[in-house]
Amino acid sequence: MTPFERIVTEHGPVVLRVCRAVVGPVDAEDAWSETFLSALQAYPRLDPTANVQAWLVTIAHRKAVDITRARARRPVSVEQVPERPAVDGVPREPDPVWAALRELPDKQRQAVAYHHIAGLPYREIAEIIGGSTDAARRAAADGIARLRATIGTEEAMP
Amino acid sequence: MTEARESTAPDEALERLHARLTVAAERDGLLDVAYRTVDTPVGSLLLAATEQGLVRVAFPGQDHEAVLTALAEQVSPRVLAAPARLDAVSTQLDEYFTGNRREFDVPLDFRLSKGFRRAVLAHLPRIAYGGTESYAQVAAAAGSPRAVRAVGTACATNPLPVVVPCHRVVRSDGSFGGYAGGPEAKRTLLTLESG
Repeated sequence: MTPFERIVTEHGPVVLRVCRAVVGPVDAEDAWSETFLSALQAYPRLDPTANVQAWLVTIAHRKAVDITRARARRPVSVEQVPERPAVDGVPREPDPVWAALRELPDKQRQAVAYHHIAGLPYREIAEIIGGSTDAARRAAADGIARLRATIGTEEAMP
Repeated sequence: MTEARESTAPDEALERLHARLTVAAERDGLLDVAYRTVDTPVGSLLLAATEQGLVRVAFPGQDHEAVLTALAEQVSPRVLAAPARLDAVSTQLDEYFTGNRREFDVPLDFRLSKGFRRAVLAHLPRIAYGGTESYAQVAAAAGSPRAVRAVGTACATNPLPVVVPCHRVVRSDGSFGGYAGGPEAKRTLLTLESG
C-alpha cells in the first residue's frame, strides 16, 4: 500500500477545501483533522482498488455532519455571532463565498463541494449524501445557481 | 473559492494540520512508522522508527520514496513524516558526526533483519569505534566461520547503517569493500572514526 503520508500530501489540500465549503472556515480544521485521523485508523483495511478521494470525502462528510449536529446542540442563541479571534493574527472581512454557501440547504452545499471541489461523479455523491444520482446532480446545479444569484459573478464557482 | 479568499494561506494551514495529525496519531497509537530526514556529511539520511525503536536508516542513493513504500509493505502503511519520534537519534547522529559520540544509545527495532543476518548485526556494535574487522572475523564471531559471503550480504542489507556500524567491516587485505551508502560514505565514516 502507499505510505499514508503520500495520501495526506496528495489529498489533504482538496479535503481542506471541501471541509471549508461544507462546515465553514471556523470548523474546517477540526473536520479535516478528524477525517484524516479516522482515515489513518481505517487505512490498512482499505480495499487497494478503492477511489481514495471518494473514500476521504465520505469520511469528511460524516465528520461534517457530526460537527454540524454538535454545533446545533450548543446552547447559543444570539442575533449576532460573536467575533472570533483570527487564528493567524490577521484581521479580515468575513469570507463572502462561505457566507453564500452557508445560506444553501445542506444537500446543495454538500453536492456543490463534492462535485465542484472534490471532482466526484454524481453517482458517488449520491452514495455519500443519500438519494438518487439525478437528485445529487440537481442539488449541485441548484446550489451553483443560487450561489451565482447571491454573489452575482462567475466567481461563485467554488 | 479563489485562493485569496482562503481564511489562511493553505500551505501554512496544511502544515499546522499535518503536525496536529501526527500528534493525535501518536497519542492514539496509530503512528506505526514515523520518519524524517537529517543532513549529514554522508548525505541526507532517512530515519524511520516504529513504536519499538529505530527501524530503518537509508542513504540518499537508496531512494527514500522506495524505502518508505517498502516500509509500508513490510511494517505498516500507517507511515507519517513525524520528526518528534526521531529527535533522540537525530541529536546523537549530530554528535557522532561532530566527533562527540562514539556509540548510539537509542532503542532499535531489528524486525527487518532475520536469522543469520540479524546475528551479524548483533555483533557489529562490539567492533570498537575506530577499529575494523574483516568479513571472515565477523563470520567467526557470528558463529559461522565459513559464512563469509553471507556476512557481506548481511552488511549490504543492514537496515540500520551508521547506527549499527557495518562500515567497520572491511576486506582482509585492508581495502574497504562494498557499502550500501557507496565507497565515499564508508571512507568518510572510517576517516571520522580514526580522527
